[in-house]
Amino acid sequence: MIQAIIFYLFAGVMVASAAMVISARNPVHSVLFLILAFFNAAGLFVLMGAEFLAMILVVVYVGAVAVLFLFVVMMLDINFAELRQGFLRYLPIGAMVGLVLLAELVLIAGAWAFSPDVSSTVTVPIPDPGTVTNTHALGRILYTDYIYAFQAAGLVLLVAMVGAIVLALRERAGVRRQNIAAQIARSRAESVQVVKVQPRQGV
Amino acid sequence: MLAESWGNMDALLREYLAILIFLGVATGLSVVFVIASLIAGRQRPDSEKLSAYECGFEAFGDARRRFDVRFYLVAILFIIFDLEVAFLFPWAVTLGDIGMFGFWSMVVFLGVLTIGFIYEWRKGALEWE
Amino acid sequence: MSEFLIGYGLPAATIVAQVLLIVVPLLVAVAFLTYAERKVIAAIQLRKGPNVVGPFGLLQPFADGLKLLIKETVIPSGANRVVFLAAPILTFLLSLVAWAVIPFDYGLVLADINVGILYLFAISSLGVYGIIMAGWSSNSKYAFLGALRSAAQMVSYEVSIGFVIITVLLCVGSLNLTDIVMAQKNVWFFIPLFPMFVIFFVSALAETNRSPFDLPEGESELVAGYFVEYSSMSFALFFLGEYSAMILMSAMTSILFLGGWLPPFDIAPFNWIPGPIWFAFKIALCLFVFLWVRATLPRYRYDQLMRLGWKVFLPFSLLWVVVTAGVLMATGWIPRA
Repeated sequence: MIQAIIFYLFAGVMVASAAMVISARNPVHSVLFLILAFFNAAGLFVLMGAEFLAMILVVVYVGAVAVLFLFVVMMLDINFAELRQGFLRYLPIGAMVGLVLLAELVLIAGAWAFSPDVSSTVTVPIPDPGTVTNTHALGRILYTDYIYAFQAAGLVLLVAMVGAIVLALRERAGVRRQNIAAQIARSRAESVQVVKVQPRQGV
Repeated sequence: MLAESWGNMDALLREYLAILIFLGVATGLSVVFVIASLIAGRQRPDSEKLSAYECGFEAFGDARRRFDVRFYLVAILFIIFDLEVAFLFPWAVTLGDIGMFGFWSMVVFLGVLTIGFIYEWRKGALEWE
Repeated sequence: MSEFLIGYGLPAATIVAQVLLIVVPLLVAVAFLTYAERKVIAAIQLRKGPNVVGPFGLLQPFADGLKLLIKETVIPSGANRVVFLAAPILTFLLSLVAWAVIPFDYGLVLADINVGILYLFAISSLGVYGIIMAGWSSNSKYAFLGALRSAAQMVSYEVSIGFVIITVLLCVGSLNLTDIVMAQKNVWFFIPLFPMFVIFFVSALAETNRSPFDLPEGESELVAGYFVEYSSMSFALFFLGEYSAMILMSAMTSILFLGGWLPPFDIAPFNWIPGPIWFAFKIALCLFVFLWVRATLPRYRYDQLMRLGWKVFLPFSLLWVVVTAGVLMATGWIPRA
């Protein structure tokens, strides 16, 4: 019973905060509500016994992705009043895209067929969480049975890395950088000079 | 009593219930601290006290402004490496079971990302000035 | 009804009692850590440190706490009130909640979850939020700059902490913290994994914004960094959060590398001392190094800090992950489930 209460608590807060994400006026508040939604999603994962996924959701989405979102909305200094002005003008196009997406989703959902024994498989996690933790269960198949998907993920990350650098890296001229190797490689002979200074003559 | 009446899976959830209760207690505690101070301390705000600190000057301009794009770059690179770490966790605990094939599978994955790492190093994305 | 109370109320009450049993000593430890910090630094600088309030100044931290409690809570007029107040609460909350999974002795743990180390990793990656929220909501330039620096810094060192944890996990084969400690029965991990131990400790300094990585607060340039605008209890919560994060990082160091509650040798006088005492002793040792470092080293410059994180620690720890895995595979020492 407690499980049911907690499920509805998490699910309710999650839906509510998801609604706040799109309705909050301040974009920073939107991101904070998004983080709240992520947390509740992690809670739901735990309720299903998927502890590893719950933690990874927090580490990756809350700990990394949302930090980037916050950076962007806090620091890009976007004038949101200006953005809103175009709202009515772009409404027809936006609504059309939304409708097309909705239609596609409905088509897919309509064509979805469940196999007859689905109800027995979804209710029981495989393998049983009592014998194998789901981190182990995941690790045993991810790197061997699903090697192609795994390596593809690596390639996607590579593309993301290169893309980020191409888009965001700006060379700035006239910057003096510290060259640690050069600093250490200096010898006394080339950097210190002993000069005998005569009185009243200076160096 | 709880652990007996619940099954295998529920023993797992019981541990998380403790965390949930801990979260509740800690939240309560910190909110109580702040409220206690609001009650105990004398609140006499005035406009000078409430203005942002700026070495004695009147604050000029809004503090929230555009920033060096490098901070975004660091955040993006962090996401990528964080994902890499996330992939490593299940691998590290099951390496004994998946054997040599699993080991080389991960070495190739890390090799691909090392190419990216060398690229960003050469491009100077890790330089900071 | 009574069945409900016995079935749910009683266990819940026990858990609450256990939680308080962790939180209260923790807060006392934090209080005395601030005292110890002042005393240790004073000793290193040949001063006396606090010695007026109570015997040897032992009551100083409580006097400080009481003073902060009765101060006025100033919320700057340009600030975003809700976020401004939420930031210190969040910082404090996170540093407490992490303790739920820390094992103090074999079986002496509040929540013995399978993914304990991942939970700690997740909580420590959230620490950045309190700081960003504080810096942004204050609407002050110093706070904002401090927050930005701090966020980039924490994020940079988070990655190498992740890789270090992976090397330890390779030797353990489980994410459970009790298993991690028990795997060190024969040899503590700081001996075979010494370079990783050093990287972890230095990254812990950076992660908690401690000297020599205390740029976010750099008094001489940023006044106090992200918490310039804070006063009273909301300032105290940041302070408490920061110090309890230090204790947490020391506890993590002890669990991952110094054998948690295990005695150094499992022979006569050593194993008479109960586990929690050993654990506390190791934490205290790490904390002393934290303070010692603060009194000894000058502050890093920002470009040096980023270089150390991205160009030294990251490639080195990544390489070490592969080397450790290779050695374990080649020698067949890899743990099997």
